[in-house]
Amino acid sequence: MNYFRKVSAIVWKDALSEMRTREIVFSVLVFALLVLVIFNFAFGADETAMNSIAPGILWVTFAFAGVLSLNRSFVQEKENGCFEALTLCPVGRDAIYVGKMLSSLVFMIIIEIITLPVYSFLFNLNVLSFEIIIITLLATIGFAAVGTLFSALAVNTRVREMVLPILFLPVVVPLLICAVNASGDALAGESWGDLFSWLMLIIAYDVVFVVASYLVFEHALEE
Amino acid sequence: MNKSHITKMVLLVLTTISFMAALYLIFFYVPTELSMGVVQRIFYFHVPVAWIALLSYVVIFVSSIMYLRKRSKTWDTVAIAAAEIGFIFTTAFLVTGSIWAKPAWGVWWTWSPRLTSALVLWFIYVAYLTIRAYTQGDDRKARFSSAVAIIGFIDIPIVILSISLWRTQHPSALIFEGGLTPPMLLTLQICILAFTLLYVLILIQSIQINRSILKVRDLRRLKEMNEG
Amino acid sequence: MVTKAPALSDGPIISVKGLTRTFNDFLALRGIDIDIGAGEKVAVLGPNGAGKTTLLKVLSSAITSSSGEVTIRSTRLKDKDPEVRRYIGVVSHQTFLYQELTAYENFTFYCRMYDVSDREERIREIIDRIGMMPRLHDRVSNLSRGMQQRLSIGRALLHRPEILLLDEPDTGLDWHALSSLWDIINREDGINRTILFTTHNLSRACTLSNRVVIMNKGKIVHDIAGSGLDAGNIEEIYSRLTGGIE
Repeated sequence: MNYFRKVSAIVWKDALSEMRTREIVFSVLVFALLVLVIFNFAFGADETAMNSIAPGILWVTFAFAGVLSLNRSFVQEKENGCFEALTLCPVGRDAIYVGKMLSSLVFMIIIEIITLPVYSFLFNLNVLSFEIIIITLLATIGFAAVGTLFSALAVNTRVREMVLPILFLPVVVPLLICAVNASGDALAGESWGDLFSWLMLIIAYDVVFVVASYLVFEHALEE
Repeated sequence: MNKSHITKMVLLVLTTISFMAALYLIFFYVPTELSMGVVQRIFYFHVPVAWIALLSYVVIFVSSIMYLRKRSKTWDTVAIAAAEIGFIFTTAFLVTGSIWAKPAWGVWWTWSPRLTSALVLWFIYVAYLTIRAYTQGDDRKARFSSAVAIIGFIDIPIVILSISLWRTQHPSALIFEGGLTPPMLLTLQICILAFTLLYVLILIQSIQINRSILKVRDLRRLKEMNEG
Repeated sequence: MVTKAPALSDGPIISVKGLTRTFNDFLALRGIDIDIGAGEKVAVLGPNGAGKTTLLKVLSSAITSSSGEVTIRSTRLKDKDPEVRRYIGVVSHQTFLYQELTAYENFTFYCRMYDVSDREERIREIIDRIGMMPRLHDRVSNLSRGMQQRLSIGRALLHRPEILLLDEPDTGLDWHALSSLWDIINREDGINRTILFTTHNLSRACTLSNRVVIMNKGKIVHDIAGSGLDAGNIEEIYSRLTGGIE
C-alpha cells in the first residue's frame, strides 16, 4: 500500500506541475492539430484517397505527439537534480518507473481525447466509436511503457530530442501497424471478430513491454 | 602459440575452406533456378546474411543481460562488437535484397515481409548505435545501450509477427515462393555454415581487440593507484 | 505521532571499509576506510577532485561502490534495501526542488515519499524553523537562490533523518544564514544528528565540526577529532599534505 501511495504521489506531482505550466498538453496538442491540418492540405482534394489513409494519418499524429510528450516527462526531473532526489527516497526505482509511466499515459490520453473529435470533424469520419477508443487506449499503454524507459535514457544524452524518436519509433512499429489496421477495419464497419487478431497483438505487446520496461528501468538507471 | 591463436587459425582455415566450397557450389554446382534465372543465386548470400543479422542480435541481447547483472566491461565489449558486425550484415541483407529485386521483379524495393522486417531490424540496430554514440561515460553508455538492446530484441519477433499479419491481409505478388530442391538445400546449408564461421571469426577478433584496449586501461589504472 | 527509529546497537553509525569507486577508468575513491559514530560532526576537506563529493554520493546511496563495503545503521548498502534511506538526508548544490511547485507542494511531495506521518504539522514546523513561513505558498521559481537553498535544507530535514550529508553547503548560501540554520541542523527535533559536510573553508570546518578529515587524490590523508580544533594547525597540515590552500 505504501508503494502505491508513493506511485500516486509521483503522478499527483506531475499532474500538478502540468496544470501549473500546461506545457505538455498545450504544446503537444497544438502540434497534433497542426499535423492533422497539414495532412489535410497534402491529400485533401481526393476524398477516397483520404478515407483509405485516414487511419494512418491519425496514428502518425499520435506517434509524433507521443514522442513530444514523452520527451517532457523526464526533463523536469533533470532540472535541479530532482531525479537524483527521487533515487534518494526510500522507494525502489521501479516505483519511479510506474509513477512516470502512469502520468505519461494520462497526458497522452488527454491529448488523444481532444484530437479524436477534431479529427472526426476534419475528415468527416466517425472516429468516436467504441472500437477506436479501445484501440487507442490499448496502443497508448504500449507507447507509455516503452516511451517512459527511453525518455529516462534520452534525457541523459547529448541531443535528447533527437535521440528519443530514433529509439522509440522503430520499437513501436508493431503497435502502429496493428493500430492503423484495426482502426481502418473499425472505420469500415468490421465486427469485433475481425479486429480480434490486431487487438490481441496490441495487448500482447502491452503486457510484454510493460513488464520488460519495468524490469530494465531499475537496472539501467542505477549509477 | 597459445590456445587463442590456435583457435583462430583453425577457424580461419575452416572458414576459407567452407567459403571455397560455398562459392563452388553456388556458381558451378547448383542448377539455375527456372523462374528467375542467374540472379537467383544471390539468394545463397541473402539468406545466410539474414541469419547472421538475427544471430548477432541474440548475442547483443545475451551480453546486455549479462552486463546488467555482472557489470563487467567484457560483456559490453561483446555487445558492441556484435552490434557493429550485425549492423553491417543487416545492411548487406537490405542491399542484396535490393540487388535481387531489381532483375527479378523490376523494382529496387518491395515491401515483402522479409525486407520490411529487415528494415525495421536495421532501425533497431541504429537505435542501439545511436544511444551509444550520444551517451557520455562508459558506465552509462553500457547500461543505456543494454537497456535499448533488451527492449529491441524482445521487439523483433513482435515486429515480424505484425508485419506478416499485415501482409497476409494485404498480400503482394512479390513474395518468393517455392520449395528448395536437394542441390539448392545443400548449397544453402554450406553457405550458412561458411557465413557463421566467418561471423564467429570476426566477432572473436573484434572482441579481442577491444579487450586489449581495456587491459591497457586497467594497467594504467593500477599504475596510478600505486603512485597515489 | 512521530515514528521513532529502532535503537541502534553499539558501534559506528557509518562504517566504510576499503571503498573504491571508478568513473570511466578514473579512480575517484581509492580505498577509503572510516568509521563515524552517532552524533559526530565531520568536516571533509580537500582540493577539487579529491573525491569528497563522490564519497558523499556513495554514502547517500545515490551511486554504488565499485568495491568495498559501506554499512549504515547496520545495513549494508550493497543489499540495496531502500529503507536505509529513511535515516539519511542530503543537501547538495542542486536544490532538489520542483521549480513550478510551491514550497508547500514540494514539501508535501517529499513527505509522502518519505512516509512522514504528521505531514501537515511537520511542514509548518520546518518552514517556521527555517524562517520562510510567509513564502510557504510561493512558487519556488519566484524565490531567490538563498531562499531556495534554505528550503532545500528544510527538505532534507523533513523526515527527521539521523544522518545529514551536505555537499559544500557554504557555496551558494550566505554564511550568516547557514550559521543560523546550523543549530537547527544540529539539534532539530531532539535528534543529535550525525553530520558529514564537505567544504573548502578551513576555519568554518573547524568551527562547525568536531572531527576534520582531509582527502587527497581519492584517499583520506588525515583524520583528527576533538572540539575546538585549531584552524592554524589544520591549515599547516592541509598545505603539507595537499600542496596548497584552495
